[in-house]
Amino acid sequence: MKKTLGYAVAALLGSTAFASAQGVLNLYNWGNYTSPEMLAAFTAETGIEVTVTDYDSNDTALARIRQGGHGFDIVVPSDTYVPIFIQEGLVQELDDAIVTDRANILPQFLDVPFDPGREYSVPWQWGTTGVIVNTAVYSGDINTADIVLNTPPELQGRLNVIPEMSDVMAIAIYYHGGERCTTDTAILRQVRDTLMAAKPNWLALDYGTVDAYVAGDFDGGLYWNGAAMRVRLQAEQFAYGYPATGYPIWMDNAMVLADAPNRDNAMRFLNFILQPENAAMISNFARYANGIIGGEEGMDEVMRGAPELVIPENLVAAGRWGQVCPQEVNDIHAAIWTELLQ
Amino acid sequence: MAKGFNVRTLPGFGGVAILTFVLLYVPIVILVVFSFNAENSQTVWHGFSLRWYEAALANEQVREVSIRSLWLAAVSAGLATVLATLAALGTTRVGRFPGQTMIYALINQPLMVPEIVTGIALLIFVAWIKIATGYTGMGYMVAAHTAFCIPFAYLSIRARLETMDPALESAAADLYASPVQAFRYITLPLLVPGIVAGFMLGFVVSLDTVVITEFVKSAGQETLPTWMLGQLRRTTTPEMNAIATLFLALSLLIVTVFFLITRTRGR
Amino acid sequence: MQGHGWKWLLCAPALTVLVLAASGPLLIVVVYSFLSPGNLGGVAWDPTLDAWFRVFFKRDIFEPEVVTWNADHLTVLWRSIWLSLQTTFICALLGFPTAWFIATRPPSSRTLWLFLITIPFWTNLLIRTFAVQEMLRNNGTINTLLLMTGIIDEPLQLIFTDFAVLVGMAYVFLPLMVLPLYAAMDKMDFRLVEAAYDLYASRWKALWHVILPLVRPGFVAGSILVFIPAIGSFVTPRVLGGGRTMMLGNLIALQFGQGRNWPLGAALSMLLLIIVTAALVIYLRALNRMEGPRRG
Repeated sequence: MKKTLGYAVAALLGSTAFASAQGVLNLYNWGNYTSPEMLAAFTAETGIEVTVTDYDSNDTALARIRQGGHGFDIVVPSDTYVPIFIQEGLVQELDDAIVTDRANILPQFLDVPFDPGREYSVPWQWGTTGVIVNTAVYSGDINTADIVLNTPPELQGRLNVIPEMSDVMAIAIYYHGGERCTTDTAILRQVRDTLMAAKPNWLALDYGTVDAYVAGDFDGGLYWNGAAMRVRLQAEQFAYGYPATGYPIWMDNAMVLADAPNRDNAMRFLNFILQPENAAMISNFARYANGIIGGEEGMDEVMRGAPELVIPENLVAAGRWGQVCPQEVNDIHAAIWTELLQ
Repeated sequence: MAKGFNVRTLPGFGGVAILTFVLLYVPIVILVVFSFNAENSQTVWHGFSLRWYEAALANEQVREVSIRSLWLAAVSAGLATVLATLAALGTTRVGRFPGQTMIYALINQPLMVPEIVTGIALLIFVAWIKIATGYTGMGYMVAAHTAFCIPFAYLSIRARLETMDPALESAAADLYASPVQAFRYITLPLLVPGIVAGFMLGFVVSLDTVVITEFVKSAGQETLPTWMLGQLRRTTTPEMNAIATLFLALSLLIVTVFFLITRTRGR
Repeated sequence: MQGHGWKWLLCAPALTVLVLAASGPLLIVVVYSFLSPGNLGGVAWDPTLDAWFRVFFKRDIFEPEVVTWNADHLTVLWRSIWLSLQTTFICALLGFPTAWFIATRPPSSRTLWLFLITIPFWTNLLIRTFAVQEMLRNNGTINTLLLMTGIIDEPLQLIFTDFAVLVGMAYVFLPLMVLPLYAAMDKMDFRLVEAAYDLYASRWKALWHVILPLVRPGFVAGSILVFIPAIGSFVTPRVLGGGRTMMLGNLIALQFGQGRNWPLGAALSMLLLIIVTAALVIYLRALNRMEGPRRG
């Protein structure tokens, strides 16, 4: 009797030891943004089980991580938030011994202003924010921010705007000819007034609306290019437009959290997504471009040459990367944003 | 009493009542019906198929969150029932005593305070504890759910306790039974339907709680409601309908048992 | 006569859990409402009344001397109260005949009807909200039916409106009105109603002067059970309101997210609690007043 008990205990201990040897990885990422295929490949290669928890916005992610006690290993914020995570000591430097393939990153994304030398982050996906329009309802020019800021009658009351502050503020600031971090109060005032005037034309301020567009809940709005592609692939009448006055280019980057419980697993994961075939899997899922050399080769047919990924020649210059603005400017943006939201 | 004048009818009330029942069930029925739809549509019927059920049952995420929800509900409701039973015994049929009002207020507080307020209060409080102790397990969720379930269990048990005749326990005392014996052989068995009802009520309430869970959860601790909340704003294929129908069936089962128990014992 | 100590002892475990996981943390909310917002969320331990100020007023971003009523907050507050009152009213309107119907069924089938009214209540809130969403969408059941029968040409914008939130809340809370009303009617002495008819009262007079006063405690209980959750509602306006039709619950959650103002969120929560407590007091007083004279 005692012997069986002993064996049982040993077996139990043994099994838990085995489980922790392979381990677990807790990913904290944007919703609907992680390819299950890629995760399966990772687990198959390393034996590490991955859990994914969603967030809707950079703000939510930051608030959660700052709170502490979250239990996550990896977070994937946008470029404008990466410096905040770094400055506040929320993330740790990449381990050169494990993350060996940083040379796989495309040259233009290797030494970026938000993380010089890629000490902390690895590219996840990058994209643009523009407007999406149901061309069956509106047949005018779609490459303009007027769609959401000065809405044509056919689209009034039928728009959704993603409630992502940096995207909305950027579009509005560029619309009024300002630089991303302009301190010109005249421009900022106009931005505030335009946004408040435009809001009544918006039906909703919601995320995760691919199905809503397809289901006909909206006829247009502000949206990310990859999500817009997912809409178009299910409902052909939707087209993606690049506002000629200026549109944001952004990149989401994976980083290891400073208090990550599974640090080594996290580093292995980051090296894993630096491989072109895995980056391609990530792209295929959410329909955005990745930042890895050779990363387009594994991408689905339907993505090559897609209008959401290939920017028209004359509109390339209008794309602007985000910047981290000084605190006073941020405060004004935040004040305008909260006023808009409420 | 010749005329057919029925005191119990009021004009039009029957019609409105039936209409209300219909209105209550139509959305649910449509939901269930379209869970069997062969194609991905919520409005156009394409034929009968079980594909969404297969997908839902095969969906690892769904399985994981469902099991977690059921486990959490069972543990929280169980704990809550035990605690509530003790509290009910201490406060029912015992005459007034100092502090009674405060106890009632504390016990009923989760019912009166909106979930969002409790949710954010716990968000802050639990964050402090997480930083101080580094513990990120399910303990917080269990504690939060248990607290939320206690008033429901308490009301059920108390209601049952109040209908019990104290003469029975007096009789037991007259027969030289000790208070513990009286409790074990007289009170407890009679109390069982109330306890079971309290447990079931707590179970269903815990399964249903979304706001508090949303604010208290840590990594990898999604429950079915929080998962559904995330999904509701994204993919709404009939797979959601299938999951909803399965849980509806579960609720149905619980309610049926609940009714059978309270009906046969009550009266 | 035993002391009261044993009663406290029995209650202690339950009370401990409740204080730790429900009531205690509320005190934190009170404290936080008097602090300053931290950078990008959290709090800074700087006492200030600014959060409470911002609940009702706002300063212009570019001209801080200009102070106006915070129209947005007041709109959300008003919408919450008004929608909750409307919800209570609709639930009462539909709930009263339903409760009456169930209470007047023969005892054999009454349990079945009770069973039928309870099932939706015990169905997951999200499932019920999802079901309502699918009915109200532009491609949803109602619009499809109306379009197919030619009653309308274009889909009606039902979802993401105050109407959608109202429908959602009424749908979710209806059983909570029916059950207390039924309980009150179940205990009602029908002989009093009979007496009214014997005195040649018309059906409406009997309803107004006899039945309604007799079941008024049920009305009060049902109204509380509907109004309080309704005004603190979060999920239903979130899903059916599309992020623009906010109620107080959503406004509070916003402060802990993109609003980046935890003290304001805490102050708004306190406001919500105050409203709920006020409603409770009003209702309970009304209940006491009714029960008083009838004891005579």
